[in-house]
Amino acid sequence: MDRNQSRRQISLMRQSLFDQGYLDEQFIQLEELQDDANPNFVEEIVTLYYRDSSRLISSIEQNLERNPPDFNKLDNIMHQFKGSSSSIGAKKVKAECALFREYCRAGNGEGCMKTFQQLKKEYGTLRKKLEAYFQLARQAGPAETASRPK
Amino acid sequence: MDNGYSSPRHDTFPAGLRVLVVDDDPTWLKILEKMLKKCSYEVTTCCLAIDALNLLRERKDGCDIVISDVNMPDMDGFKLLEHVGLEMDLPVIMMSVDGETSRVMKGVQHGACDYLLKPIRMKELRNIWQHVFRKKIHEVREIENQEGFFEGIHIMRNASDLSDDGHSFSGDDLVSMRKRKDVDNRHDDKDFGEHSSSKKARVVWSVDLHQKFVKAVNQIGFDKVGPKKILDLMNVPWLTRENVASHLQKYRLYLSRLQKENDQKTSLGGMKHSDLLPKDAAASFGLQNSLNMQQNDVAIDTSRYSGSKLQHQNVDTKSHKGDLKEIVSEPKSETKRTSACNIPDPRTRKSSQMDFNHPFAALESKGNYAALDCTIPTPYWSEPPGIQLKEENKPLLESKNSFSQLPMHGALHQIHVDQLQLVPSISSKPSITERENGGSIDIKPLYANYKNDCTSRMSPIGAGVDTLSVQSKSDTVNPQSLDPISTTTLGMKTQGFNVDCISDLEYWQRNLHFGSEATSMPLDKDLQVCWVQGDCYNMNFGFQNIELPEYCDPGIIADVPIHLYDALRFDYEFPHDPADYSVIEEGLFIA
Repeated sequence: MDRNQSRRQISLMRQSLFDQGYLDEQFIQLEELQDDANPNFVEEIVTLYYRDSSRLISSIEQNLERNPPDFNKLDNIMHQFKGSSSSIGAKKVKAECALFREYCRAGNGEGCMKTFQQLKKEYGTLRKKLEAYFQLARQAGPAETASRPK
Repeated sequence: MDNGYSSPRHDTFPAGLRVLVVDDDPTWLKILEKMLKKCSYEVTTCCLAIDALNLLRERKDGCDIVISDVNMPDMDGFKLLEHVGLEMDLPVIMMSVDGETSRVMKGVQHGACDYLLKPIRMKELRNIWQHVFRKKIHEVREIENQEGFFEGIHIMRNASDLSDDGHSFSGDDLVSMRKRKDVDNRHDDKDFGEHSSSKKARVVWSVDLHQKFVKAVNQIGFDKVGPKKILDLMNVPWLTRENVASHLQKYRLYLSRLQKENDQKTSLGGMKHSDLLPKDAAASFGLQNSLNMQQNDVAIDTSRYSGSKLQHQNVDTKSHKGDLKEIVSEPKSETKRTSACNIPDPRTRKSSQMDFNHPFAALESKGNYAALDCTIPTPYWSEPPGIQLKEENKPLLESKNSFSQLPMHGALHQIHVDQLQLVPSISSKPSITERENGGSIDIKPLYANYKNDCTSRMSPIGAGVDTLSVQSKSDTVNPQSLDPISTTTLGMKTQGFNVDCISDLEYWQRNLHFGSEATSMPLDKDLQVCWVQGDCYNMNFGFQNIELPEYCDPGIIADVPIHLYDALRFDYEFPHDPADYSVIEEGLFIA
């Protein structure tokens, strides 16, 4: 497809990520940080996030398998995970984190489990979407300038 | 460029602000690094608190501000905050995803100067320099207070130790000097036992107490010192850990400042200091000034005597002798004096300057001068250049001699104290009003008074440290003239002198010009103190950096405790090389 078309497609894809609540303002902040010195900054950050947070995910999984689960520990790990997710603006993932922590504080193992499943789903969905987005952006050429979602 | 101790921030503050970011989350670490770089700051990243602490300890004064996450695996963010505050006294900003009031409160309680919530916005980071600036301003004030205090203590201590001349500064003198200082001093710096922030019972750090403190610090090793250890060693039952902690903080500030000055001196970059002067208002200036004062004694001397022909002569950095000669009209037995003053020329110059001051201004209580006199070697005063030194000067000279002995003896801190004194030495006397304008100079010790007196007389010249710190007020600063002088002075000074001195010199030169222009100007200018102080500093530095044999009586040199040199060397061993930081940064940054 020609340049303009792909550009438009990228733009639409990006916009939908915001509209559907997958990403928030922080993502735009990252885009604004991208410059000639770091032309692929956003992608690098997202890659870094997924790499680092994967160990947190497995850590939570391990702790959830315990019976009874150590809610304090789980809360701590989730706190870290939430902080990390906020770095790329993963809105839906963050929401699940908050919910998870609520269940932790309530000592609700079931609630934690369920929420965690949901969290993993959102986590995975976002990853796929962003991967597709970056791939398209790379194909299209120079990155677009950041623009606020309408 | 200076010796790696980057001072870009001075030039284009807040650009070049050196920030240390500590966060265990690699994603955030990278983002923050990028954001801070966009703010034109110099960034170093750490993902472990312990690494951050080591970094900070290795490079004293290599960082301006620390940003740290609250939750970290190896060490609690609040603990790190505490350590940094106590050991390095740097502003620390806490960050967290959690914005609960209790957490924020905890941060503030532990001394955080700000608490940011993640995700952090660029605009929040752009303004972090305000914390550095604020601290600097407070630092200057504290130092001024402290310096006077430290110096006073040391002087008194020395006095009791030496008193070759039978000169001893009784506690009364110190008290009176402090009183004088207090009048001008807006701050209640009477006791340095407590920081202004904590309103607990005041602890008065007497000479003895401070002596114990310093002894303990030296015993432990300045590097590994901590309030608890000091407290244990000091063995003072009524003293609390907080008292020691805050006093240590001040002491550190003082020493770090001195070291900074030394570093800059060695670099002799050129007139960087000129940049500094207009800069960060009082904060850096005050500090710079003190430094410069020392180095530029030579120059200063000249400037001092703006009123007199000597000035120009003095400018000749060559032999301080020459300078002094002109100034001092009283021939004194050189032996005593010179030996007393291990300090090289600068000191003498100082004294000479002081003498000059006298002629210019009605010498105030001779007593004050006496303190300062010690440091001035007599030989320099052999020929009064044309300035009639009143008889009053004579007694001063003598006292000076004994005084000068004081600085010679003693530990590192003493020297520092002297130096410090110089800065604030804005004459407590007549120039009181002026001092107040100048701001920060609160040095109480004798030196201070002495200087003040002298300087007040020599208002045009004076600008010594005081003027510098008081920059705002001293109108005598004429940037132009100083440059040439400072360069020469530096050459003279040799190692110890930082580039700062140069700026001081400039400063003084300015004053000098000013003075010359307004010979008739009332002496009670803030300027006075400056040069006097500078002398002292020069002395100290000279002492430290210059081979003593050149300047001092070997006998006296022997008195200098070894640890002093070690300490001095110690201070100099911390090059602040921005390059190092970047290397570390790479090493630490965990992608």
